Amino acid sequence: MRLATDLFASAQATVRAVGAYALFALRVLAAVPGALPRPGLVIAQVYNTGALSLVIIMLSGLFVGMVLGLQGFDLLQRFGSEESLGTAAALSLLKELGPVVTALLFAGRAGTALAAEIGLMRATDQLAAMEMMAVDPLRRVIVPRFLGGLIAMPLLAAIFSLIGIFGAQLIGVQLMGVDPGHFWSQMRAAVEVGDVMEGAIKSAVFGALCSLIAVHEGYHALPTAEGVGRATTRSVVISSVIVLLVDYLLTAVML
Amino acid sequence: MRQTRAIELGTGLFVLLGFAALFFLVTQISSRQFGFGAEGYRVSATFDQVGGLKVGAPVSMAGVTVGRVEGIEYDFDRYQARVTLRIDRRYDRIPEDSDAGIYTAGLLGGQYVGIGPGGSDTYLVDGAELQFTQSAVVLENLISKFLFSKAAEEGKE
Amino acid sequence: MTQQAAAPEAPAGLAVRVRDLHYAVNGRTILAGVDLDVRRRSVTAIMGPSGTGKTTLLRLLTGQLRPTRGQVEVDGQDLSRLSRTGLFALRRRMGMLFQQGALLTDLDVYENVAFPLREHTRLPERLLRHVVLTKLQAVGLRGAWRLTPAELSGGMARRVALARAIVMDPRLLIYDEPFVGLDPVSLGVVLRLIRRLNDALGLTSIVVSHDVREITAVADHCCLLSGGRIIAAGPPRALQASDSAEVRQFVRGEPDGPVPFHYPAPDYAVQAAAVR
Repeated sequence: MRLATDLFASAQATVRAVGAYALFALRVLAAVPGALPRPGLVIAQVYNTGALSLVIIMLSGLFVGMVLGLQGFDLLQRFGSEESLGTAAALSLLKELGPVVTALLFAGRAGTALAAEIGLMRATDQLAAMEMMAVDPLRRVIVPRFLGGLIAMPLLAAIFSLIGIFGAQLIGVQLMGVDPGHFWSQMRAAVEVGDVMEGAIKSAVFGALCSLIAVHEGYHALPTAEGVGRATTRSVVISSVIVLLVDYLLTAVML
Repeated sequence: MRQTRAIELGTGLFVLLGFAALFFLVTQISSRQFGFGAEGYRVSATFDQVGGLKVGAPVSMAGVTVGRVEGIEYDFDRYQARVTLRIDRRYDRIPEDSDAGIYTAGLLGGQYVGIGPGGSDTYLVDGAELQFTQSAVVLENLISKFLFSKAAEEGKE
Repeated sequence: MTQQAAAPEAPAGLAVRVRDLHYAVNGRTILAGVDLDVRRRSVTAIMGPSGTGKTTLLRLLTGQLRPTRGQVEVDGQDLSRLSRTGLFALRRRMGMLFQQGALLTDLDVYENVAFPLREHTRLPERLLRHVVLTKLQAVGLRGAWRLTPAELSGGMARRVALARAIVMDPRLLIYDEPFVGLDPVSLGVVLRLIRRLNDALGLTSIVVSHDVREITAVADHCCLLSGGRIIAAGPPRALQASDSAEVRQFVRGEPDGPVPFHYPAPDYAVQAAAVR
């Protein structure tokens, strides 16, 4: 009996959380037009979330690509089709690893920074001060950060994938001796513009989700040191789980 | 104002790099797809068996990709599979008595439509149909044929 | 009800008029029937022990919270009848100083003070600079214009916040606990600024504080908030001379009295026995 009521309570809390997220998302979207006349604010956030994540994204892309080169070579060699290494690496990077790993890194690097920054603004009354200065914090603080993440993510994912492909090429061709002609030509024959677009759509969706989760958790953080810390943690955990879940859904829809 | 300049510079660099990567992926890494409608012309062919042929598979002549498979439907008038091919505009001199076959790229690769040129002086145009076709080889049929013939040979001996 | 019929215009000379204000959150009553009049151009102090809802009262006055019951009129406008746009329009005529200053941490001092101007006006940069520097001069921090909030002491941060609060030339200025955590010198500076700005700019000021001695030195009018209602109001001297035990306890800072030293607790023996 106790268990049933507990389950019901937690189910209710989950539904409420989903509802709160949806309402917050609607409020953010409704505030987007109001933020457009100030592109400078969005640019600053593209810098914060995108340009500052560039090094970690490029390094990770290189190593993921190199691992793909090794593993892919080992696997394909068993079937005698090492020449397909380029195809295998490019497709897995463009369609899956690029968008997903970038989103996870984004959640860890930029998402936490966003949640902590906004949580701290909440804790130190900066958001209330804006309200008192007749400035809507949603329009001034939240929307630029949301748009910044939305713009930065597909670009980061594209950079990640491209560097990853070169990383795979580095291992496969330079180290393992796959014929470079085969590597590139098979890749070009098999990869289509649609595959690139699939990755771009995925990463745009992830960008919107990750930045929305980060700003939501920060915006609704309890105004204490502990509350900000918890908001930061929650933003990474929720973002990661949601990215993997939505990745499955998007893949199922677009395949 | 020096700070804003650094931000603008960094952001600009990042955005340019991102778009350059995207552009490179679209143009260099991927094969260009045939555009919708505007480019190329359509021809059709019917097969007894299409096997694992998929929409989007390449159409090739002597190993050169000249088009893509645009549609695969079942034709109830002939009880055969009707495959629509979109041929790139550049390849507009394919003899109308050419034959089409479904082949497999490599042992385990995907299937594609191969066109062997005929000898006619008139060429395929939009809406034409390829008369001579060779169906896909289904591996199971091949194996069972092989086994039966082996068994028959052994029975003779 | 007659509330609708009650004069929509505040009586002349009143900047804020609060009637029968109730506020409860999660079933806990915080304010239970507050009546408050703030005369224009006066410095009104709202005093009271910690946790009696002083900050809540401020947030109700500024429309950050909605009352459970009762009426708040600011500048003759009933807050409950204002839309969000109307509320924002009203807030442009209000300034508020938050407890810790609440400066925007990603902007420097100059940009913090310029923030409301950049958001609400299209002043040319030269004029904007003139306005901002004048306000910074008024709080004595013109030289600190390129410092970031992290480099400011608590007193300086509050003075910058004060400059920001007056940059739009508000008619009503609200201070939430402006003296907390200040050293005696900074405190004296802030105290004098409150009075000087009030008289020089013709403002109405509301100061929430529990520092009785400091605030009674500058206030024209004092209200004592306790247990969710105003238990005494009047000029500072009248409050000090009050014969109400509760008022005397607060004004003189006696540890025990009508406001009990002990938080309500069950019988000691019962509680001790319950914890094993």
